[in-house]
Amino acid sequence: MPSPPDPPSFFRARRTHRYRPARKNGTRPFRPIGAPLTETIDVTLSALMAAAQDGDSRAYQALLRACVPLATATIRRQGIPPDRIEDVLQDVLLTIHRARATYDPRRPFLPWLRAIAQRRAIDALRRRYRQAATEIQDEAATLATPDTAADADDTLAQADRAHELAAAVRALPPGQRQAVELLALQEHSLEQAAAETGRTKVALKVNLHRAIHALRRKLAEGGHV
Amino acid sequence: MSDALIARLAGDLQPIHRLAAPWTRAALWLCAALWLAGILALFTDFTALSHRLMAAPDMGLAAIGAVLTGMLAAVAAFMTSVPGRSAWWAALPAPALVLWLAASGAGCLRTDAIGWTKPEGAMHPMACLYFIVLVSAPLAGLLVWQIMRACPLRPALTASLAGLASAGTAAALLTLIHPFDATATDLTAHFVAVGLVVVGVRLLGATRVT
Repeated sequence: MPSPPDPPSFFRARRTHRYRPARKNGTRPFRPIGAPLTETIDVTLSALMAAAQDGDSRAYQALLRACVPLATATIRRQGIPPDRIEDVLQDVLLTIHRARATYDPRRPFLPWLRAIAQRRAIDALRRRYRQAATEIQDEAATLATPDTAADADDTLAQADRAHELAAAVRALPPGQRQAVELLALQEHSLEQAAAETGRTKVALKVNLHRAIHALRRKLAEGGHV
Repeated sequence: MSDALIARLAGDLQPIHRLAAPWTRAALWLCAALWLAGILALFTDFTALSHRLMAAPDMGLAAIGAVLTGMLAAVAAFMTSVPGRSAWWAALPAPALVLWLAASGAGCLRTDAIGWTKPEGAMHPMACLYFIVLVSAPLAGLLVWQIMRACPLRPALTASLAGLASAGTAAALLTLIHPFDATATDLTAHFVAVGLVVVGVRLLGATRVT
């Protein structure tokens, strides 16, 4: 029986390779042709970050663009739903920007990036679970969900409440009205609503929160809550 | 949307100074603690201190445990404040903390067993508590300020370690002016103070270091 062929040199190198030590000036040497892909990427990103720390904005732009697919893969592995990945990715990019002084060019770049992406993904998941349990979502869902099993009297009362609610929504300030219409009634995601209105997601959340409180007050005055 | 953000971040880019290694920053903080120790040393009766330490070696061990807890917790706080460093660094002060607790507990049991009476001049337990809290405050403030310059991804863990570093160092400094065996009440006051500092720094510091 013929013996299996030798693995390609790429895999041999991958098994035996270790990171090369840093030079005295603090940078790490580039790998020769045939070096493992992961390390080649790491060394390139490390050099770009070192240049960015010195103020090279083109290197920084190239670095952040290169980080996007790597961070996205890490975020996805943490179980972030596809519609939230862009949000977490932006959080990761902002954290990279804020933490760039902590990167030491003598150390590998990818673990530094992976730690940031993993942590921001975990933070996003925690926020999501907390958010799911908050009153705001319950209230928004209650306001936006019609009761289909109501009898005739209930239907009339419901129509009355819907009329009151529509009037109360119309009476809201424009920003709050828009937040309720897009997020609670039309069930757009925060990203979609932010893109449509040109406002930040935080501003939209604040507006929705205030609108719900205003609506609750208004409906309580009319004896509906 | 990421493209727009990348363009904005790259457009506003300024050169920055790389942060010194966590060991170096921890050493700077320890220098500040040493400076504080130098001031307290002016009021220390070293003859009485050496007699007490020779008579009660567990007290010396407890002081060494407190010093090591403070130092190692500071190193761990700086390590965990840098992305990419393992969260296991948080376990660094654990052996010193065990030594501190065990030696303090042993001293306390011994004083209870021999029916030790508190000498004149020994501090009231509440005074020990105030000392630890008050001395910890500037040390914790400095540590949190240093950590704010990094980017802790686990702010609660890093802030708790900062609290432990400050409280451990303050408890070690207390030995300089309070070289007496701890009674159960003293020990409780010491560890309540340490707990207060750790929880306080965790609550206040975690929001600042993020």
